[in-house]
Amino acid sequence: MRTVLLIEDSPGDVRLTLEAFREADKSIDLRVVADGVEAMTFLKREGVHADAPRPDFILLDLNLPKMDGREVLAHIKEDEDLKTIPTVILTTSDAEADILTSYQLQANCYLSKPVQLEEFEGLVKSINDFWLTKVKLPQQTHGGRT
Amino acid sequence: MNRNRINTVLLIEDSPGDVRLTREAFRQVDGAMRLHVAGDGVEAIGFLRQQGIHAHAPRPDLILLDLNMPRMDGRQVLAEIKGDEGLKTIPTVILTTSDADVDVEAVYLLQANCYLTKPVEFEAFESLVQNISEFWLKNVSLPRQIRSA
Amino acid sequence: MKSTEDEMPIVVLLVEDSPGDVRLTQEAFRDSGKPVSLHLAADGIEAMAFLRQEGTYANAPRPDLILLDLNMPRMDGREVLALIKKDPSLKIIPTIILTTSEAEADIMISYQLQANCYLRKPAHWDAFDNLVRSINAFWLARAKLPQQRQVV
Repeated sequence: MRTVLLIEDSPGDVRLTLEAFREADKSIDLRVVADGVEAMTFLKREGVHADAPRPDFILLDLNLPKMDGREVLAHIKEDEDLKTIPTVILTTSDAEADILTSYQLQANCYLSKPVQLEEFEGLVKSINDFWLTKVKLPQQTHGGRT
Repeated sequence: MNRNRINTVLLIEDSPGDVRLTREAFRQVDGAMRLHVAGDGVEAIGFLRQQGIHAHAPRPDLILLDLNMPRMDGRQVLAEIKGDEGLKTIPTVILTTSDADVDVEAVYLLQANCYLTKPVEFEAFESLVQNISEFWLKNVSLPRQIRSA
Repeated sequence: MKSTEDEMPIVVLLVEDSPGDVRLTQEAFRDSGKPVSLHLAADGIEAMAFLRQEGTYANAPRPDLILLDLNMPRMDGREVLALIKKDPSLKIIPTIILTTSEAEADIMISYQLQANCYLRKPAHWDAFDNLVRSINAFWLARAKLPQQRQVV
């Protein structure tokens, strides 16, 4: 069973993504955090997230409250332990500056959220088909926990 | 979703009957809320500026303002509030009998946060106060009012 | 839902970049009792073009109410709010901030710029749906909105 961590603050987009993943593959365990600070707590398995599963894949919005997505990305990719988790930017911005920054920070890829609902659903499906089906993901060692 | 605190509302209203109506309606809807009353615009400004006898007046989270009042008309009070750097961030809701378009426009132009027409019957009034409380005191994020020393 | 001769739809401009939130908002407004004509702008630049009736928006209706997100690409909501409230013909339009941010600085700035009110989008979509319904219940059913004269 794959675990996907969605780091996204907009409630409507959370719902859309959840529904689209459910359509695409019911077996995916989708976890959601709504800001950058909670994202790091989840990934570091601290506090309330002490028993959080290690995600196989991360979908990260750039514009987040408390700690911006670019900072989260930087933290993930600087962390010896976390940097192997494929991290895909999924954001409304299509600004060159944001795309460049994300790749400089070693995002695995960058996706712009489509405005049309059907396209958004199509995109999530294609993320699932590509990243969660075709792509080989690193085995996530669970550090002693099952 | 408001950040759990006791809300202080300043009612600027000259009609004693309406003051009582408002008090009772708020008591029904939100027992913990503190309602302060100023009977005219001059008193209201004194309260808001914490002057004279109002030196220790609390800073309100919300202002309910009637338009037609003696001494200093509600529009003038509104203009003072919204012209004052320190006071303009306090949400100011017009609560008045008039529903004339010209009044509505004048008030929004002066940057009133919103305009409400007072109903005549108590139940309708209470229902309106319920809506005000629900929306402005529970749903809306209010700016943290810095209390002067 | 009877629509009387003089029940013109209320024109709402939603300035919002997140497609899911757009959908949620559309659904919640659809269920409101009053006829609402909801228009969308996906960022600040589009919003200003709409409000100024420029380019492709030359025939855009003037909104009776604006719902404005803060964090958007190209031009953010704070800039849009400042522009609206400085414009003598636009500042009369009630402008509600609807955002995920709960930062004190954002709340304060919005009120300083004279946003009519600031609402935080709850994380869960059901709660968000309830919030939009409460916006309808208050702003469309209770509050009196200024008449928007159509520019001939």
